[in-house]
Formats: sequence, structure tokens, C-alpha cells
Amino acid sequence: MKKSMIAALLAGLALGAPAARADVTVGFSGVLSGPQAVLGQDQRDGFLLGLEHLDGKLGGQKADIVIEDDQLKPDVGAQIVQKFLERDKVDAVVGLGFSNVLMAELRRIKDSGVPAIATNAGPGPVAGKLCTANLFGLAWQNDTMSEAMGQYVQDMGHKNAYLMTSSYQAGKDKLNGFKRFFKGDIVKEVYTPLGQLDFSAEISALQAAKPEALFVFYTGGTGVNFVRQLGQAGLMGKLPVYSESMIDANTLVSLKTQADGNIYGATWSHVLDNPQSKRFVEAFEKKYGHTPSEYAANGYDAAYLLDTAVRKMKGDVSDRKAFVAAVKAAGAEFPSVRGKFAFNTNNMPIQNVYAFKAVKEGDDIAVKQLATVFTDHQDAYVSECGMK
Amino acid sequence: MNSSLFLSQLLNGLQLGVLLFLLSSGLTLIFGIMNFINLAHGSLYMVGAFVGAAAYNASGSFWFSLAAGVASAALAGLLIEHLVARPLYRHDHLYQVLATFGLMMFFNELAIVIWGNRPYFVTIPESIRGAVTIFGAPYPVYRLLVIAVGIAVAFGAWFLIQKTRFGMLTRAGTTNAAMVSVLGANVDLLKKALFMLGAGLAGLAGTLAGPILSVQSGMGDPVLILALVVIVVGGIGSIRGALLAAIVIAVIDTLGRAYLPHLLTLVLAPSAANTAGSALASMLIYLLMAFVLAFRPHGIMYSARR
Amino acid sequence: MHRNKWAGWLLPLLFVALACIPFVAQAMDEPFYVTFFARVLVYALAACALNIVLGFAGLVSFGHALFIGLGCYTVAILADAGIANGWVQLAACIAVCAAVAVLVGAVCLRTSGIGFIMITLAFSQMFYFLMVSLTPFGGDDGLNIYESSDFGLFQLGGSQEVYWAAWALLLLLALFLNRLRHSPFGMVLRATHINPRRVDAFGYSVFRVQLSAYVLSGVITGMAGFLLANLTAFAVPSYISWHVSGELIVMIVIGGIGLVTGPVLGAIVFLVMEELLKGLTTHWMLFMGPAIVAIALLGRNQFAWLKAGISRPGPMKTAAPRRVAGEAR
Repeated sequence: MKKSMIAALLAGLALGAPAARADVTVGFSGVLSGPQAVLGQDQRDGFLLGLEHLDGKLGGQKADIVIEDDQLKPDVGAQIVQKFLERDKVDAVVGLGFSNVLMAELRRIKDSGVPAIATNAGPGPVAGKLCTANLFGLAWQNDTMSEAMGQYVQDMGHKNAYLMTSSYQAGKDKLNGFKRFFKGDIVKEVYTPLGQLDFSAEISALQAAKPEALFVFYTGGTGVNFVRQLGQAGLMGKLPVYSESMIDANTLVSLKTQADGNIYGATWSHVLDNPQSKRFVEAFEKKYGHTPSEYAANGYDAAYLLDTAVRKMKGDVSDRKAFVAAVKAAGAEFPSVRGKFAFNTNNMPIQNVYAFKAVKEGDDIAVKQLATVFTDHQDAYVSECGMK
Repeated sequence: MNSSLFLSQLLNGLQLGVLLFLLSSGLTLIFGIMNFINLAHGSLYMVGAFVGAAAYNASGSFWFSLAAGVASAALAGLLIEHLVARPLYRHDHLYQVLATFGLMMFFNELAIVIWGNRPYFVTIPESIRGAVTIFGAPYPVYRLLVIAVGIAVAFGAWFLIQKTRFGMLTRAGTTNAAMVSVLGANVDLLKKALFMLGAGLAGLAGTLAGPILSVQSGMGDPVLILALVVIVVGGIGSIRGALLAAIVIAVIDTLGRAYLPHLLTLVLAPSAANTAGSALASMLIYLLMAFVLAFRPHGIMYSARR
Repeated sequence: MHRNKWAGWLLPLLFVALACIPFVAQAMDEPFYVTFFARVLVYALAACALNIVLGFAGLVSFGHALFIGLGCYTVAILADAGIANGWVQLAACIAVCAAVAVLVGAVCLRTSGIGFIMITLAFSQMFYFLMVSLTPFGGDDGLNIYESSDFGLFQLGGSQEVYWAAWALLLLLALFLNRLRHSPFGMVLRATHINPRRVDAFGYSVFRVQLSAYVLSGVITGMAGFLLANLTAFAVPSYISWHVSGELIVMIVIGGIGLVTGPVLGAIVFLVMEELLKGLTTHWMLFMGPAIVAIALLGRNQFAWLKAGISRPGPMKTAAPRRVAGEAR
């Protein structure tokens, strides 16, 4: 037993010990294994591509990247943050995983003072009461896309809407976001059990209710299921379907033309027209063989954000507080694939939000940009945050 | 309360029940007759789904995809039986749980390696697309097909086990293997055949369910839990029990999801009713099982005779 | 006997080795190892607790993550309400876990075999979904803990403190279990697994004995949850998932069901293996899976004294001979 422990320690040393200390060390964490892995892998791939375009340097300093898999387990996420801080002695952390993993990592991040850039989650508490000076939401505040859809559905003139999501925190937040901007009647709010596979009961009820519009938040495989079943029930084309985080570059690969007609809100899409984004999409498709999702875009942005911040520090990131301030200021200066971008006082994004539509083109599915719903949108929790 | 909506929901419950039965039929056979806990049942379901979907995408033929799905799962089942199950038949169930738990992990990751970790593209075959109007609402034809297949399988399995020589031999073989082999039957081969049958059923369920429920790595895990609940409630080893349990569970679950939040608004404020309703709906299937087991610890249809 | 002799010095050796870890980590300037092994010890504690019902009584509970969750959330909810006193939290944790264990156990122990496995799973799933739905406690985003448990003399504020607390608890538990095996209660408990009818005939209530064991197991698992909450400063429904319950079972079987220190070894092997493989490839489960299968196949002969296992209920018991080596422990 003792032998195996020593062996384990030695092996761990051999595997993980950083060689010479690079100028800037960054730790990346996300879900890299299991059914949700595609999201973490996208962020990682985007981040590494950004680094590649920056010649492996951040702000002119050679960058050393440590990558860890949080397995979508909050306790593993917390452990990884400690590992980054204690063992790898990172200068910054990128990624941080899903909302529930981020919340677990929060305290360690706060205590450390190291700039942490979340490329996936932006939960309400973190935007509001629990806002932390060194934690930055680079992706979005969780409610943002739903708020945009609420506004868009309102703009489209629908008088009532039917809402559906899974019964968990994120689902409730999204529907609240929608209701914040949609002024019409809510026909019904349906919370389906987490992990439910078959929606025939809910779809029957939906058909009977005959609403003017449907807003839905289901992600990953659940979202794919739902879109398919909605189509099989003959509702696509008859009922306007609005969503967020259900249609993205990854699920479009699974759905193809089955996604036709879905309108969704997002902060970025591969069809966005600006030079940084076009360059990113082209390079990503060439390197990885598939269209990038907004998660990959966030990863790419993280690389450029850090690059700008380190450059502001003239390559010396030893003063953590100053580095954090530099990251915050860099938010408005770095070239984002989303175009205009800045960090709000609560470190959440101020960015545009768009409405996109999945449109069938022959045998293929394409994405069209319908409108810019919000310009320089701020989240609803900023007033709850004490930071200036 | 809209009566045609209610009937629609009943139909939904029935359809879900038959699907659940299909998912659990293979498991109850293997566990019930061979006393082997196969947690990799969900993985066999996944294999059938992936291979079936891939076969359809490549060939455009529904029958070919069905055959491919069933055959691939049966083959995988054969490998599992020979390498993992056979050495563990006579041993504590705990080792069976452990070994098949490891298999689950392996198959999930293998699916990612082969097919990536996005949900796989799968679609209902052309010929069976479309909907018919039942109870005033469009109902997918494909789901009716699933119901039909499920009932056929139920009948077929019962017939096979109760009325054929093969069934008789397997039943005898698990009661007293030594005697049966002395009498000339190859018990080893029987067990292999049975395992392959169970696996094939799981694969069939996977191929059929694929176009409805997304196909991706890990899809077998929730299905496994559902199937275990069904067979425990129904009584292990009983095909009729599995069918009954599946339908009862599915109908209660479906009606619960459809009407519980609404019913709760009679006593609670709307947002609390929503929260409580959905929480209860998630727990419903487990509450049901706990309830049944509290009164009939061996399941509804358990009896000394199978 | 050969086995007894070997097992005799395993326990002290193991705990001495574990006690060395923080010092070795400090010497190597790798404080992360303490964090990592603190987590290992917390799961080892839970696995040892599960072993009380699984190893001794043959009751395979697939829902022990329920108690980890109860322990975690007791700490988190009290801390959230401003009560950071460790003793109060501990008392609450024990009380809650005991109460739930009595109620849940009373229902579950009416079944046996696969029914027992499933119903324990059901209760843990119910609690999981309950915590996911409860927004005031964070739902599935979890609940942060801002003040560690304060025991007056010490606080469970960092990995070091949690490590030593876990180590001490684990040592106490191991010593206790050693004595339990040979105590009257322990013997009756083990007998209920081998021949319940005979135990009944002797005048013991099998149900009461099993329930007591279940409550004991639940409370100690809850204490592991207590430590986990302090280690991660967080409570979240994921801690209650059935995967966690499954992993606890895997750890016990890896380490050896019969040994008192088995679960500790199992936890160490499992989590270290997982960590090493993760560092090699994102497809680490492709190797972890077969490794577990191999362990099951290789280990199956070792503990054949564990008679019959989860047999199907009723008179349809197979007449095929089972490999029973008798009470070889």
C-alpha cells in the first residue's frame, strides 16, 4: 500500500511538475470528459487557437498553459482551482466551467486574488451580491440571452407566450430573464423534471393551449430531443419557437435541417460580420474541422483579453491587484469577436445581443442574423453589486 | 379539464409505458432468469441506437437499420457474456455490479471516441414520418409503430419463454444447471443465447427510440435507472410484470407531469405550485417505487412460480 | 491464520503512512497533495461507513450519497443562517442523519436484494431532485459556505485542518470497526447476512439489528459530508448523485469487502488512479472502465466467505453449488 502511494506521488511529480517557470502561467479548467464535454472542449480549443494566433505569447511574454478537466463536478472544480494556485502557481485562471462548478470555485478564487475569467457561466449571484473583484464573466450573464428573446418576442408583436424549461436554477433564471422584458401574457410556465427524455405529455398540453409563441430553454441532448419531438408532432412552422442555448453550432450538427425555423438569442454566431470574428471562424474550421460555437468564441476572446491585459502590465503580472485592474480595463480595449465589448462595474459583460434563425438551405442548415435586439446591454443584477 | 387532452395524455402515457417496457424487457430477462445484474444494459441500448442510426444514415433503409442495431447489440452482448458475465455468474452480485459499472464507463467513452460527444444526427425514416390525428391532435405515426413493436415483443418474449423448448430449457437450466446438462443440453450455450436475446432487445429499443430520444454517449444511464425501477416494481423475471409496471409507472408519471402543477395551484401560489409541482414530478417515479416496495417488497407480479 | 496476521499490521501501517503525507507535501512544497488526499480521506470515511452495512450486513445501499448530501447541506444551511459553531453544526448533522436514517431504513429494510438496492437509490434520487428544486438553498447552483466550522480550539478552514480531522475520524472509525466485528452486536450483524432465520430463532430482531447498523452507517457518512462541505466550502446536489453512491461501492470492492481498512485502500486506489489517468488523456474513462472490470474479475474469489450475496427472494434458490469457504475470516 505504501508502495503504491509513493509510486503515485512519483508519477504525479513526473506527470505534472512544471519544468522551467514560464513568464505567464494560465490555468484552464472546464468539462472535458463525459456527455457535456463538447462545451468545455470548445472553450479550450478556442482559447488555444487564440494563443496560437498570438504566437504562444500573452502580452509578449511566453505563456504556459495548464489544462484540467473538472468532469462537471463542483468538488473537482474547487480542487482544480486549489491545484492551479498551490501547485502550478498560475497568474490567471480561464474557463471555470458550468455555473454550479463556478459557484464551488468562488471562494478559493476570491481568496486568491488571481484574475479568473469565466468563459461559460455568469450566474445571478456572481453578477450581484457575490460579485468579486477578480472574477470576470467573459461569456454572458446567464439571463442575458433570455432577456433578449423576451424583448424580441415583444417586438414581434406576440400577445402571449408559453414557456418551458427544466426544473433547475438555470431554467428558472432564464424564464425570469424572459419575463423581465416580455410584456405580454404568460400562458403557462412549465418546468419539466431534470433529465426528462420524452416530452409528449408537455407537447400535447402545448398544442391544446394554442399560444402565439413558445419560448424554451433546454440544452445539449435534452434540447435536441425537444426540437425533434416538436417537429415530429408537426408543430414546426405552425408555432413560432424561440429559444436560447438550444441551437448552436454543435446542436446544429446533430439536428441539421430538423432545426429549421428555430429563432434563438445569442451574443455571437459564426455569421457575425466583423474582421476578428471572420478570421477566428475561418481558422477554427480549418484547424478543427467544424464550425465554432459561442463557447469556442469565448475561449478565443479570453486569449486576446489576457494578451491585452498583460501588455498593459508591460509583461510583469506579479502585482495581482494591478493585474486584475488591467484585465478589467482591457475588457473595453481587446479585439473581441463580438465586436464592441466592455466589463461593467460588476465584471459582467456590456455587449450586444442578437436574434438568429436556423434556416434550411437545400439539404443543409444555415444561420441567419435577424436583428440586433440589444446594444450595449447591461445585466439586471449590476445594482446589487457593491463594486464601482 | 379538457377531455380530449386527457385522452391524449393517456395515449402519451401508454406510449411511454410501452417504450419503457421495451427498454426493460432485456434487463428483466437477463436478471430474472440468469440472476445476473447487468448495469451495462444501458450501454447495449446505446450500441443499438448508434449503430442503427449510423446504418440508416448510410443506407436509408429502415429495416437495415433495425437489423444492424439488433445485431450489433447482440454481438456486444455475446462478448460481454463470454468475457465478463460467465466468470461472475456464481459470484456475489456485488462483483457483477462492479464489473458492469466498469463496462458502462468504457462503452460511454468508446462512443465518444467513435462518434464524438455531440448528439448524433438521427431522423425518422421517410416512410414512417408524418402524423395522424387522434383525439383532436396530431400524433406521430412513428410512436404508434413503437407501441405496436412493444406489444409484439411482449407477446413474443412471453411465448418464447413459456411455450417453446428453448424457453423451457433456459428456465430449467437456471434452476438446476447440473441436471439439465446431464440430460444433454448445453447450458453454457443456452446462457449465451439468452444473454444475446436480452442484449438484442436492448438494441432494438435503442434503434427504435433513437429518432425520438437523442442519441449520444451516456444516453443509456438514465434509461438503466428507469429500467431497473420498472423491473423492481414489476417483479424480477416477470415479463408480464415488466409490462404492467412500465405502463402503470408511465401513465402515472405522464399524468403527474401534465396535471400536478395545475392541481397544486388549488392550494399553493402559482410560482410555489410550479416549483413544488415539478419537484414532485421528478420524484414521482421514485415515490411510486418506494410505495410499491413498502407493501409488496418483491414487486407486483412476483410469485413463487414465474 | 495467514490472512489475520497480515491484516493485523496493515491498519497501523496505513495510518502512519497517511499521517506522513502532510509533512511530505510540505517538504516537497506541494500543498496541493494535502488537498487531494483530504478529499480521498473524506470519501474513504464515507466508504468505511457504507461498509458497515455492505460488508458486515450484506446490505448493498446504492443511496449513501443521500447522507453525504445531508451532512453537507446541514453545514451549508446553518452557515448561511449565521451559525458557524462547529459543535452545533455537528450535533445538527448527527441528529438529521440519524432521523432520516431511521425513517428511510425502516422503509428500505422491508425489502431485500435488488429491491433494497433500488429503494435506497430511490430515496437518494428523491433528495437529489428536492435539493435541485429548492431555490433558497441554491438549487443546483449550490450553496456557498463562507465561514468554516468553528470548534473553538480549531477551525476547519483549510485543507490541512480538514485532512487531520478526516484522518482522526477515520482512525477512530477503523479502531471502532475492528472492535465491532468481534463484539456481540457485530457478530449478530454479520450473522443476519449469513442466516437471518437462525438469528431470529435466537431471539434477536433481524430488523432492529439491521436498522441500528444502517443508522450508524448513515450518521458516519453524514460526518464525511460535514467534512466535504468544509473542504470544498460548498454544498451542491451533485454530491447526492447516484454516481457518487456507485463510486463508494466500487471503492469498497476494490479495497476488499472483508477488511476493515479495505474501503480506505479502495478510496486511495480509485481516486489516485482517476487523477493519474485524467492527466494522461481526456479519454481516461476508456481505461478506467476496463481497469474496474479487471479488478472485479480478479477479486471475485477472494471474499467467497460472503455467502450467497443478494439472492433472489423466495424458494427459487438455485441448487447449483456456491463456493463457500465458511467463516474463513
